[in-house]
Amino acid sequence: MYRTLFPRDVFAELDRLQNELQTAFDIYPNIRGGTRGGYPALNVGTTPRTVEIYAFAPGLDPTFIDVQLENGVLTIAGERRRTRHGDDKATVHIGERFDGRFRRVVSLPEDVDPNGVTAQYRNGVLHVTVNRKEAAQPRRITVQ
Amino acid sequence: MSERNQERGQQVANEASLMPPVEVIEDKEGIVLYADLPGVPKDSLNLNVEGDTVTIEGALALDVPEGLEVTHAEVSLPRFRRVFTLSKELNANKIAAELSNGVLTLRIPKADHAQPRRIEVKAG
Repeated sequence: MYRTLFPRDVFAELDRLQNELQTAFDIYPNIRGGTRGGYPALNVGTTPRTVEIYAFAPGLDPTFIDVQLENGVLTIAGERRRTRHGDDKATVHIGERFDGRFRRVVSLPEDVDPNGVTAQYRNGVLHVTVNRKEAAQPRRITVQ
Repeated sequence: MSERNQERGQQVANEASLMPPVEVIEDKEGIVLYADLPGVPKDSLNLNVEGDTVTIEGALALDVPEGLEVTHAEVSLPRFRRVFTLSKELNANKIAAELSNGVLTLRIPKADHAQPRRIEVKAG
């Protein structure tokens, strides 16, 4: 009786509800699709000299990550293969992890230098550093 | 194996954390759990087995240059945490763990008495 009144995963249900509400009220979605829950998740930041992009892309073979910069647009693409066992008798109890092909695109500021890009994959995070052009870097102007 | 809801109150009391996506697969030998923990190096991963509870905790360690101003963040908290309850037939003493490229793999074998056995039916 208690089971029916208070299902085990009542909190999981609340979480799900909250996620759905957040998705529903995300009124300005990105033109290239939803960002919430996408793979890989992206964090972007800037310093006066660089633009830093962090793609949270666990479980990849770094040789198959395709990073391209074209006309100020950075594209990160690749494929994550399914880790599941081939055994037919295996039961999947929870399957929340992404598998398949992915592509994420970031528009960079106008002052980036297309020749100054480095990318590093460590602990499942792809870190791309794009240098900004000298001319755009802040300079102190002396008042006469 | 189910998530432990009682822990949630405590979790809120602790520092806020992200819930890593997982995959839980069961075959006849036991359970394999995969958890996505990008940015978590081996030394800041904390696996804890207490009774029938398994806690996965990890702190992010990113290479952040000085003076970074974040303009867009989908990963908004610096740590992951998720708690699971094991069922009786699983052997919590024999859990094997591996962390590679931000993916944690946990292998939890079934206790010997819980291994499947074929029962022969005799013709009467």
